[in-house]
Amino acid sequence: MNFLFLRRLRTRSNKRWVKDKLFEFICQLSVLLAVAILIALLWSVFSTGIGRVSSQFLTSFPSRIPQNAGVKAAILGSLWVVGITGIVAIPIGVAAAVYLEEYKIRDSKLTDFIQINISNLAGVPSIVYGLLGLELFVRLAGLGRSILAGSLTMTLLILPMVIIVSQEALKAVPRTIREASYGLGATRWQTIRYQVLPSALPGIMTGIILSLSRAIGESAPLITIGAVTYISSIPEGVNDRFTVLPIQIFDWSSRPQKGFQDAAAGAIVVLLAILLIMNSLAIILRARARR
Amino acid sequence: MAISSKPGSSRPIDGVPTRLRSEKFIRFLCFACAAISILTTIGIVLVLSTEAMAFFVKSKVTPKEFFLGTDWSPTFNDPKFGIVPLVCGTAMITIGACVVAVPIGLLTAIFLSEYAHPTVRKIAKPVLELLAGIPTVVYGYIALVYLTPGLRTFIKDLQVFNALSGSIVVGIMILPLVSSLCEDAISAVPKGLREGGYGLGSTKLEVTGKIVLPSALSGIMAAVILAMSRAVGETMAVTLAAGQTPNVTADYRQSIQTMTSYIVQISKGDTPTGSIPFLTIFAVGATLFLITMGLNIVAIRIVRKYRKVYA
Repeated sequence: MNFLFLRRLRTRSNKRWVKDKLFEFICQLSVLLAVAILIALLWSVFSTGIGRVSSQFLTSFPSRIPQNAGVKAAILGSLWVVGITGIVAIPIGVAAAVYLEEYKIRDSKLTDFIQINISNLAGVPSIVYGLLGLELFVRLAGLGRSILAGSLTMTLLILPMVIIVSQEALKAVPRTIREASYGLGATRWQTIRYQVLPSALPGIMTGIILSLSRAIGESAPLITIGAVTYISSIPEGVNDRFTVLPIQIFDWSSRPQKGFQDAAAGAIVVLLAILLIMNSLAIILRARARR
Repeated sequence: MAISSKPGSSRPIDGVPTRLRSEKFIRFLCFACAAISILTTIGIVLVLSTEAMAFFVKSKVTPKEFFLGTDWSPTFNDPKFGIVPLVCGTAMITIGACVVAVPIGLLTAIFLSEYAHPTVRKIAKPVLELLAGIPTVVYGYIALVYLTPGLRTFIKDLQVFNALSGSIVVGIMILPLVSSLCEDAISAVPKGLREGGYGLGSTKLEVTGKIVLPSALSGIMAAVILAMSRAVGETMAVTLAAGQTPNVTADYRQSIQTMTSYIVQISKGDTPTGSIPFLTIFAVGATLFLITMGLNIVAIRIVRKYRKVYA
C-alpha cells in the first residue's frame, strides 16, 4: 500500500505529468473558446434581431425610414435565386458526378484532369465567379442584372461542391449492388438509374441541401453582377432585377443609423432561420440514410 | 429509346442496338456536364485575362507600375494604379486571420483527435461545422456592430473601420477549416507510431508533440495554406469591417482595403461598363485569382507528397 501511494505521489508531482495535464487543459480551453465564440455571436445577434422580426418586417419593402423597412423583396429574391440555381445545378452536378464515378475509365488522363480541375474550382474565391458571371451572363449573353444571370452565376459557384458531395455519396454505394445488377443482365445506365442512384439519393440530397445553403448565404458574386439593394416590387419572372437577404443585410449594416443596424440584425435572424430549416432537413435525411 | 432503358422492355432482336445507342447518349450527356467544369475554368481565365489586358491597353499603365506602384486611386482625377496597397491590405487580413485561427484550430484538432472522449467529439464537430455554415456577411455585421465597439474600450485610437476586427472575424470564419483539415492530417498518422511512443513511457503531450505533430506536419502546413487562400478570397466580412481605404501599412488599428473589397466598392457604385475604373476590377480579380490559385496548388502538392508517405 505504502509503495503504491509513493509511486502515485511521484508520478503526480512529476514535471512531465504536470505539463501533460496543462496541455490537455489548454486544448480543452481552445475548443471551449470556439464554442463560446459561436454562442456569444449568435446570442448577441438574436437578442437584437428577434425584436425586429414581425409580420410587418416580413411583408414590407425596404424603406428610407428604418422602422418601416422590411425584407419581403429580399426573401423572395433569395428564394428565386436559390430555386433556379437548384433547378440548373442539381441535374448538371449529379450527372457530372455520375460520369466521374460510374463511367470513369481507370488511369484516364481526361477524367483525372476534370477531377483536379473541380477541386481547383472549389478553391476559387466567390467574387471571381461574380466577375465571370458579369462578363458571361450579364454582358455577353445579354441577360442583364436579372435573377437568371444571378442564378447561373451561383450555379457555376456551387457546381464544384455539388459534384464533390454527389461523388462521395456514389462512392458509398457498395460495389456488390452494382455487380448483382450487371449479373442480372442490366446495362450500365440501368444499373445507375435503378440501383446506384436510388441508394445514393439520401447522401446526394444532403450534399445538395448544404450546397444550396451556401448559395443562400453568398452575396459577393451577386453584388459583382449588379444585384441592387433597393427593390420595391416583387420579382415576377427570371428577367426581373432582384436583391437577396445577404445583400440587404450588407446594405443595412453599412449604414450609420442604429435603426438600420437593428433591421440588419432582424434580417440576419430571418436568414439564419432559413439556413437552420435547410440544415435540419439535411440532418433528417442523413439519419434516414443511415437506417 | 426511353422505353428501352427500362429493364425487361428491350426486345431481344432489335432491342440491343437501341439500348447501346441510348447508353452512349447518356454517357455523352454525363460527360458534357462534367466538361462544364473545364469550360468554367477556361471562362474564368479568358474573362480575367482579356479584360485585364483591356485595362492595361486603355489606361497605358505598365504591368510594372501596376504590380509595384504604392498608390491606388483609380477613381480620382489624376488616377494612380498601383496594386500594392490592396495586396498589403489583403496580406494583413490573411496574416491576422491565421494568427487567430491556426493556434486555436490546431489545438482543437489535437484535442478532438488525441484527447477527446467520443461523446465530446460527437458534439464538438457539428458545432464547428455550424461556425462554418454562418454566412460571411453575418460575420461582417458582428465585427462592425459588436467587435469594433468592444475593442475600442481597450484600444482607444482604433478606427471605426479597422484591419484588427476584420482579421479576427475572418480568423473565426476559417477556424473550422483549419481544425477539420488538421484533424484529417493528424488522424492519418498511423496508430503504431503513437503506440511505439507510449510503449517507451511517453506522456500524451510527448507523443503528440514529438511523434504525431512532426509526422502530420505537411498535412498541417497544407491546411494552413488552404486556410490562407480562403482568407485571401474572403469578401463581405472584410468589406464591412476593414473599410475602403487603400493603405500601405502594418498598423492593424487603421482602415485598409483588400482586393476583394475594392471589387465590391466598384461593383456597388455606378461605374460605366468599359471605363477604366470598371476594367480595374478585372485586373484586381486576375491578381486575386493568381494568388489563390498559387496557394491552392502549393497546398495540393504538399498533400500529395505526404499521402505517398503513409498510403
